Amino acid sequence: MALLEVKDLEVEFPLGRVTLQAIRKVSFSLERGERLGIVGESGAGKSVAAFSILNLLSRPGRISGGEILFDGDDLSKLDDVEMRHIRGNQISMIFQDPMMTLNPVLTVATQMIECLKAHRKISTKQARDISVSKLKEVMIPSPEERMNSYPHELSGGMRQRVVIAMALLTDPEIIIADEPTTALDVTIQAEIMALMLDLCKSNNVGLILITHDLAVVSQVTEKIMVMYAGRVVEEGATHEVITNPKHPYTRGLLKALPQENTAGSRLNQIRGTMPSLNALPKGCAFNPRCDFASSECSIVVPKLEGDDGHHTACIHREEIPPFKSELGKA
Amino acid sequence: MINLKSLLNSDLVYRFRKDKVAVVSLAIVFVLISCAVLAPVLSPFDPYDLKSIDLMDSEIPPIWNEEEGDSRFLFGTDPQGRDLLSTILYGMRISLTIGFFAVLLQGVLGVTIGLLSGYLGGKIDAFFMRLADIQLSFSTLMVAIITLAVFQAAFGAELYSELAIFMLVLVIGIAEWPQYARTVRASVLAEKHKEYVDAARVIGMSPMRIMFRHIFPNTLSPILVISTIQVANAIISEAALSFLGLGMPVNKPSLGSLISSGFEFIFSGSWWITVIPSFFLILLILTINLLGDWLRDALNPKLYKD
Repeated sequence: MALLEVKDLEVEFPLGRVTLQAIRKVSFSLERGERLGIVGESGAGKSVAAFSILNLLSRPGRISGGEILFDGDDLSKLDDVEMRHIRGNQISMIFQDPMMTLNPVLTVATQMIECLKAHRKISTKQARDISVSKLKEVMIPSPEERMNSYPHELSGGMRQRVVIAMALLTDPEIIIADEPTTALDVTIQAEIMALMLDLCKSNNVGLILITHDLAVVSQVTEKIMVMYAGRVVEEGATHEVITNPKHPYTRGLLKALPQENTAGSRLNQIRGTMPSLNALPKGCAFNPRCDFASSECSIVVPKLEGDDGHHTACIHREEIPPFKSELGKA
Repeated sequence: MINLKSLLNSDLVYRFRKDKVAVVSLAIVFVLISCAVLAPVLSPFDPYDLKSIDLMDSEIPPIWNEEEGDSRFLFGTDPQGRDLLSTILYGMRISLTIGFFAVLLQGVLGVTIGLLSGYLGGKIDAFFMRLADIQLSFSTLMVAIITLAVFQAAFGAELYSELAIFMLVLVIGIAEWPQYARTVRASVLAEKHKEYVDAARVIGMSPMRIMFRHIFPNTLSPILVISTIQVANAIISEAALSFLGLGMPVNKPSLGSLISSGFEFIFSGSWWITVIPSFFLILLILTINLLGDWLRDALNPKLYKD
C-alpha cells in the first residue's frame, strides 16, 4: 500500500449562501521516496490540496469528502493533538517565500531547536547538534555561526536552505513543497532544486512538489498531476506526460514555454483566464479556452481515462495532435 | 561581551545618542530611580522611624530660607517634622514600586488576553473584547475609588494601611489591562496571517507555543512603548488616589500622599511641602513619557525622518 493515498478528496469553502468547490474528486498516491509534481495555474487548487493533506485549511475551508490515508490512518479524521504529531514530524512543508516562513525576530537556532523539541524529548544541546548537522546537509557554510543569525541576515537562497533544513529536521517521510523556488532568482532556483532532489533521494523522502514551472517538475519528479479548476485533468509518469501530453491544457502549458527553436516569434499562450470557482462553465471546465472543444465538451464532464497509468480527462484525447516539447529531450 | 558590543552598535542606540531629549530624559529617570532604590542609604533620616522624628521640627522651610531654614533639612520638613528630602526619596520608592508592579500585572493580564483573543478569535475574542469595552467605559480612577473605598469601609483603615501597596497594585493593574489587550490583539491579528505562523503550524507546534514563542516576540515593540507610558500613568493614578486619601497612608507616604498632606498648609505659607514633591512627581512622569515617545518613534520605521 502506498505511503500516502488521497482518495476522491473534495474541499469546499462555504461563503455565505454559495459554497465554492475548490477541489473535486482528486485522487493520487505517493510511495515512499517517490516524487510527485502537482502543476497548474494559480487558482487551480494545488495549494489547497496540499494544505488539506495537513488538515491546515484556513477557515471556512473544509474537507467535504474523500479520505487522506497516511500509513493507513485517515488524516482528515484525526483530532488536533494527533495531527500535530504528524505535522512537521512525519510530513513537513516548505513554503514559497522563505522570508515569510521564518520568524523575523527569532534566530535560526531558536526556531530549529523549537521545532525539534516540539516533537522529541531531547535536550537543547542535542537539538542544537542535530540542527547544525542538518544545516551542513543543506550545504550552508559555517553552520555554527549561521545558527545565531536572524533571518534578515541571510540571503534568499540561504534562507530557503534553512527552511529546507528545518523541514528535514525530524526526518519526515513526506515533504510538501509549495512553489519552493518561486521567490528565488533563476540561478539559485536550480541550485535549490538540485539540492532538494539530492536530499530526497539520499534520505528516501517522498516529495510533493507544487509548482507552475513545468521545467522544474520535469527535472525532479517521477509522476505528474496537472490540475485545472479543482480537478485533475491529466496524470501519469512525468516523462510520458511531458513528451506526449494528451490534454489540451497540458499541451497548452507546454506550448507556452519558451522554446529554443522558435526564437524571435511570439510565445504561445492559452487564451483567456482560469474561470472563477463560482462561475465554472458547464461540462469540461476548460472548454471555453480549448482549441479542440466541440459542442459535446460543454455538456459532458470528462472522466480520467487512459492506459499505462497515463490518464487524461478529455473526451477528445485520442484526437489531440501530438506535441513535441523540448523538455522531454533533456 | 559580543552582545554588549552589538547592542552599542545597534541602530536603536545610535538613534538614542542623536536625540538629546531622550539622553537627558534617560539620565534623569536613571538618577531618580537610583535615588529611589538607594533611599535607605542616601536619605539623611529614616522617615519611618518614629523615634527620629521631633514634632518641634515641623514645617521648617527649605535650607535656602536664611532666617528659618535648618541646615539639617535640605528641603525643609513636613507637618509631622519629617525631613522632606528623605520622605520624598522613600515616597518615590513606593510610587515607582507601585508603578512597575501595576504595569507588570497589567502586562501579564493584557498580553495573555490579547494573545488568546487575537489568535483564537471567535467567541473568546468577542467575550474579552466586550469585557474590555465595558471596562474602558469606566475611568480607571472611578473603578479604583469604588474598590478601594469599599475595601477600606469593609476591613477598616488599619488593615487597609498595611495592605495599601498590594491593593493599589492590584486595582491599578486590573483596571488598565484593556490597553495592553487591545494593542496586543491588534498586532496578533496582523501577525497571525503571516506565513511563519503557518509554517509553525505545519511544524506541528501547539497553539500555546505558537502564541507565546512565535507571535509574542513580534508584538514586543508596541508592548514596550505602552509599558513606558503605562508606568507613568500608574504612578499618576497612584498619586491621584493617594491625594484623595485612598492611597498610601500618612505614615508611609508616596509622592501623592505627601502632596496631599502638604495641601492643607499651602495657604498658611508652607508651600514647600506640596511644591517640592510635586516637582519630583512631574519630573519623573515627564521624563518617563518623553522616553516613551522617543521609543515609539525609534521603533516605528514609518516615522523615521532623517
